[in-house]
Amino acid sequence: MKMPDPDQSIMAKRNEIAEALREIVPGEGVILSDRELQVYESDGLTAYRQPPLMAVLPQTVEQVSQVLTYCHAEGIKVVPRGSGTSLSGGALPLADAILLCMGKFNQIVEVDYDNRCAVVQPGVTNLGITKAVEGQGFYYAPDPSSQIACSIGGNVAENAGGVHCLKYGLTTNNLLGIEMVLIDGTVLRFGGKHLDSPGYDLLGLMTGSEGLLGVVTEVTVRILPKPETARALLLGFSSSESAGDCVAAIISEGIVPGGMEMMDKPAIEAAEAFVNAGYPLDVEALLIVELDGPQAEVDYLIDQVSAIAEKCGAITSRISQNEEERQLFWAGRKAAFPAVGRLTPDYYCMDGTIPRNKLPLVLKRMREMSEHYGLRVANVFHAGDGNLHPLIMYDANNPGELEKAEDFGSDILKLCVEVGGVLTGEHGVGVEKRDLMPEMFNEIDLKQQLRVKCAFDSKALLNPGKVFPELHRCAELGRMHIHKGKLPFPDIPRF
Amino acid sequence: MSHIKPENAGQLEEAVKWGLSQEESMEIIGSGSKQKLGRAVCADHLLDVSALTGITLYEPEELVLSARAGTSLIEIQEELAKNNQYMAFEPMDYGALLKGTPDAGTLGGMVACNLSGPRRLKAGAARDHFLGFSGVSGRGETFKSGGRVVKNVTGYDLMKLMAGSYGTLAVMSDITIKVLPAPLEEKSYVLYGLSDEQANRAMSVALNSSREVSSAAHIPQIISSKLSLEAEERAMTLLRLEGHGPSITYRTDKLTSLLTGFGKGSLIADPESRSLWQKLRDAEVLLKSEERSIWRISLPPAQGSAFIDSLKFNEQAEYYYDWAGGLIWLSLTGDHNASLLRGRLKSAGGHATLVRSATGIEDAESPQQPLEPGEYALMKRIKDNFDPKAILNPGRLYADL
Repeated sequence: MKMPDPDQSIMAKRNEIAEALREIVPGEGVILSDRELQVYESDGLTAYRQPPLMAVLPQTVEQVSQVLTYCHAEGIKVVPRGSGTSLSGGALPLADAILLCMGKFNQIVEVDYDNRCAVVQPGVTNLGITKAVEGQGFYYAPDPSSQIACSIGGNVAENAGGVHCLKYGLTTNNLLGIEMVLIDGTVLRFGGKHLDSPGYDLLGLMTGSEGLLGVVTEVTVRILPKPETARALLLGFSSSESAGDCVAAIISEGIVPGGMEMMDKPAIEAAEAFVNAGYPLDVEALLIVELDGPQAEVDYLIDQVSAIAEKCGAITSRISQNEEERQLFWAGRKAAFPAVGRLTPDYYCMDGTIPRNKLPLVLKRMREMSEHYGLRVANVFHAGDGNLHPLIMYDANNPGELEKAEDFGSDILKLCVEVGGVLTGEHGVGVEKRDLMPEMFNEIDLKQQLRVKCAFDSKALLNPGKVFPELHRCAELGRMHIHKGKLPFPDIPRF
Repeated sequence: MSHIKPENAGQLEEAVKWGLSQEESMEIIGSGSKQKLGRAVCADHLLDVSALTGITLYEPEELVLSARAGTSLIEIQEELAKNNQYMAFEPMDYGALLKGTPDAGTLGGMVACNLSGPRRLKAGAARDHFLGFSGVSGRGETFKSGGRVVKNVTGYDLMKLMAGSYGTLAVMSDITIKVLPAPLEEKSYVLYGLSDEQANRAMSVALNSSREVSSAAHIPQIISSKLSLEAEERAMTLLRLEGHGPSITYRTDKLTSLLTGFGKGSLIADPESRSLWQKLRDAEVLLKSEERSIWRISLPPAQGSAFIDSLKFNEQAEYYYDWAGGLIWLSLTGDHNASLLRGRLKSAGGHATLVRSATGIEDAESPQQPLEPGEYALMKRIKDNFDPKAILNPGRLYADL
């Protein structure tokens, strides 16, 4: 993975820059020592490591604004970081960039139950929001599996998802407002406690922009009353095709489950060996279908789903009888990543999305690739919304195996695009999938996205080297090639 | 002025390229249902996308539909209904309000204006169901963004930028949306005779419970008397329950005991319930007020009644609340109320949009709430990057956008 060449003139000024930033963020807010910087050299994508020029830990919006103003004036690159759980290298440092760590923004500013929202600082963890409001019977819906650690600021940057997206949406569908700082230090607020805003939807644009457009300093999220009850079904099938048919049949019946997860045989075996959730081992595919909502509705729908599953040829079918059993059904799924981790020294987690009905085809092709590369793969799948997480098992100590795993991963993502899907469903492009962007977008598409970047950050100082395979200067992107059109265009009806 | 009506995406690109080469601007139009909404465009040509029609992909079990931008919403809704599906955000029909006759308009117009109805409270806005598009920027280039799957974080979310941009950044040719199973039944739980303040609290109590209320509106007496529902002359507070029959019955019982403090409620069943919500969605109840201006005000829901109270009208204001108090439809005499409304909103937060002017929108105050300078400057830079010569719907949103 080639990152932009470090700017030697910036690296030579390291001490001078540190001094200037200490004026803004006094005390221990600027970290320079190699030993301390080691903590920051990587995020959740540990295959890549790079210590930053220095780490800066501001505590106030004013400080963030001043740090960015200074960096903008001096032409210093900035990589924002929340909790550092990105699986795509979104917070991977650069040798000539300061790492702007937002961890000290860890306060819940306000919970407003009457307006069903919470105003929080970006360093508050995803689960921290739910913890703050669950006493009153509320929760924050998006639940990425890193929710115990990941920050809401990072969730905004990545548009984080989770297992309940089908019914409750991604981060972008659960935000009401943000405060953010542009690279030139301008502090802006989009949205608030009301719905929709006049002008362009910059709140929506910022969500999922992977730290390339601005630094989020406050987030207003929608909180929801907890569903009255939730029950789950555990359904085993003799083929992924029949499991896929069952998913389609459930949706065709007008049922939108709170969660609908699928695991393939290697993933089932790994999970069962790890947590003893009672998963059947004689099936090729396992579905967990969770219904949540009012008691009467859940009871009614459980019966319906059960009947649909039978029609689709489920060979095992269990309904959770109590909360403990429901949690047990989920325990295996939630532990799937570490469970696979026990089978292999290293694994590489992919994140493509496909139209659901392409699943059998994609799984078949993946098995062929697995043979071709000589690497095992286990699959967990957000079946409701088509988000696939193949876990490629490899051993980084074997020379060339990491590269092989990466090639395998690329082939899977290219396949996702080929069947009508996308490169990433919830982990982000980051550095990981950056060079695959042309698989999905042509040059004009990518340049139009880069022009959005130009409107926010014309010097390309914020998180460079992420998302886009090529950097273009904004002046070049702004040029137009107008062919002095000669009328007529005979094909177009004119009146 | 010429009226250019491309018949396919290729011709659409040619048309914009031609406009660009002449440096002549174009007003984008589908069915024209919302032409009177917002600022008027003074363009050199009319770019008519109403010939770009047809559903190009609909896979009910995948919950996805793609169609050309000029496809009529009615056609899409009819196709979805065959499979018991719908657009959950409930696009509103501005036709009655702006043209005097219903006109749901086109898919492109709906997305470009980000229109959503009462169910926006629970289901999100049009923008939340907008998965992908292809269109031509003001640079005369065809580009695409997004895809046909819901979970997608590949690149910037340009769908959000297009939704609500009123055609000022690009003219869309193809659009993909997420569709959902339609509820089998709906009923409305009604409380009678509440004051605005009591109603605001009742809606909050209902919404804060796990009864899954999908829409909540309060109709003061002056409006409810126009609804011609069994000659009802009292204020009505409506809570909409949708889904499977047993679930609705169960939730109705729970709501009844939850809301006993607000008086005795009753139930309105289908088809009255549906028709009532449609009237509220399309602001039909304000229709008879011809010489009046109509405002749409979005604010934090719990502040709804306090906001109305703070206005201290000298006249008989007509208004009702949707979105549990977070949306106020307000009809006033004359046009010069912008500074009053927007001034009062400063403390509550939110924005006021002039939907229909009493005297002609050209003379009225800015229909969209003015923006902070930093935000406006950023939007202008975005506009410049999509449409550097300002040839697409110039001035439709604000003077420079």
